[in-house]
Amino acid sequence: MDAITLLTFFVLAVFVGFEVFSKVSSTLHTPLMSGANAIHGIILVGAVIVAGQAESVPVLVVALIAVLLATVNLVGGFVVTDRMLEMFGGRRAPGSASAKEGAK
Amino acid sequence: MNILSPELTAVLYLIAAVCFILALKGLSSPKSARRGNLIGAFGALLAMVVVFLSTELDNVLLILGVIALGTAIAVPASRLVKMTQMPQLVALFNGVGGGAAALVALLELTHVDGLGSLIAVAFTVLVGAVSFAGSAITFAKLQELMPTRPIVFPGAPVVISLVALGSLASAVWLVLTGDVLASYVLLALGTALGVLVVLPVGGADVPIVISLLNAFTGLTVAASGLVLGNTLLLVAGTLVGASGTILTRAMASAMGRSVVGILFGAFRGGSTAGSTAMSDRPVRSSSAEDVAILLGYAQRVIVVPGYGLAVAQAQHTMAELATTLEAKGIEVVFGIHPVAGRMPGHMNVLLAEANVPYEVLAEMDEVNPQFKNCDVALVVGANDVVNPAAKTSPGSPIYGMPILDVASARQVVFLKRSMRPGFAGIENDLLFEPQTTLLFGDAKDSLTKVLTAVKNL
Repeated sequence: MDAITLLTFFVLAVFVGFEVFSKVSSTLHTPLMSGANAIHGIILVGAVIVAGQAESVPVLVVALIAVLLATVNLVGGFVVTDRMLEMFGGRRAPGSASAKEGAK
Repeated sequence: MNILSPELTAVLYLIAAVCFILALKGLSSPKSARRGNLIGAFGALLAMVVVFLSTELDNVLLILGVIALGTAIAVPASRLVKMTQMPQLVALFNGVGGGAAALVALLELTHVDGLGSLIAVAFTVLVGAVSFAGSAITFAKLQELMPTRPIVFPGAPVVISLVALGSLASAVWLVLTGDVLASYVLLALGTALGVLVVLPVGGADVPIVISLLNAFTGLTVAASGLVLGNTLLLVAGTLVGASGTILTRAMASAMGRSVVGILFGAFRGGSTAGSTAMSDRPVRSSSAEDVAILLGYAQRVIVVPGYGLAVAQAQHTMAELATTLEAKGIEVVFGIHPVAGRMPGHMNVLLAEANVPYEVLAEMDEVNPQFKNCDVALVVGANDVVNPAAKTSPGSPIYGMPILDVASARQVVFLKRSMRPGFAGIENDLLFEPQTTLLFGDAKDSLTKVLTAVKNL
């Protein structure tokens, strides 16, 4: 892909990124940060490509470390965001949370 | 495998990118937030399937095994972590993402040519390393593995400047020569820089730094998209970089801080340093029983929860106290300052976890007019967000920050650990007012005692 096309993508994505968060209640700042955090875990795609095209064992090992780190970022990011947002979903069965707290 | 045509691959990546935009959009409103997050996860899953079906890859089983291992680590960690420890987990996830981006760029170095790609590699290695190391330090601070106060050693500004200059120099070296050795030096210096930049940041400001590093990681992912010629990485990374920057600014302004002040404030005489000076002006302190009587015979109570409640993990006890008071016919409302807790919006998450119904959580603008009709304002582990100095003294570091107007309540009860000022390091005159009562102690202990006393009334 030529440089100008990539630059065009970059500039347009900057504007979309600025717009999408312009008016957000502070209540949601934490989940938003966490959600954005999960999305950059998509570096996993890059890590997989590098690992799959590795030509030597040391490169493969480092690339697999990158795959591991990126997976933790991507999967953990979405799961933890979901768990945060679950809390906003309404009241769960009474006592379930306090029982959990009492157990520890 | 190579069963998808380049055109189809591009279209599917486009769909994944649209999913990410919709995810961020959905996350901006409470109603659609959870669905937004699921759309994002779907986009990521789609992208992963596409990469395996469109690229000629070796070691596929090995890679899938490592992905399974990563999932097996990440899912339980995210499911089991306590709500109060959420911020450090997000910091950790962010750090490993930055580290992964730096490693990918490092390995791609031998395959790239052209000035633009080399600049992108240098940028990714440097910023990825900064993000990784910086996030590790924020994790250690939040987890209290190290002191949360700003750490400034003699000559720190000089050392930071030297490391920053060294990083720039080795980035230039890398771009000009494409030397692999240069990339290792850059990786090491970037790691050192990440540590040095975050060390002087005070505990209260750490969440803003996490958000900033999050934006950094986004940009490194975008740059590695350039290196690999992958538009999805470019678009997704840029989205996170741009929206993360906006979010960082929004968080900083909700806390009445500037990003530059947070990063470098400790060098200018420590406005970020939580002062530990104690005041010796007289205050009225009382026992848990007295507080219970105040609460038990009130009609309207507004609870103002803060950082102290989060640290003491007292949200469940607080919720039980609120339920007990309500059972006595007392109206209880929670007044939530936008930055109560450890991160903006964190308090809402904590109270929701403790089963406090969403309807009794009032945002600042909504609750402020109610204080003058309330009998008792119960401030649990909050200080700066109720400090009238933000309105009355133009010289104060928090002047101009929106506050909860507890001063107009008939009685104010503070549950505090000590007379120490809050993170802004300034005294709260409200503590010395005649309508104010203080109960010293850990928020959880104090609340437990008050709860017992209220039940015995």
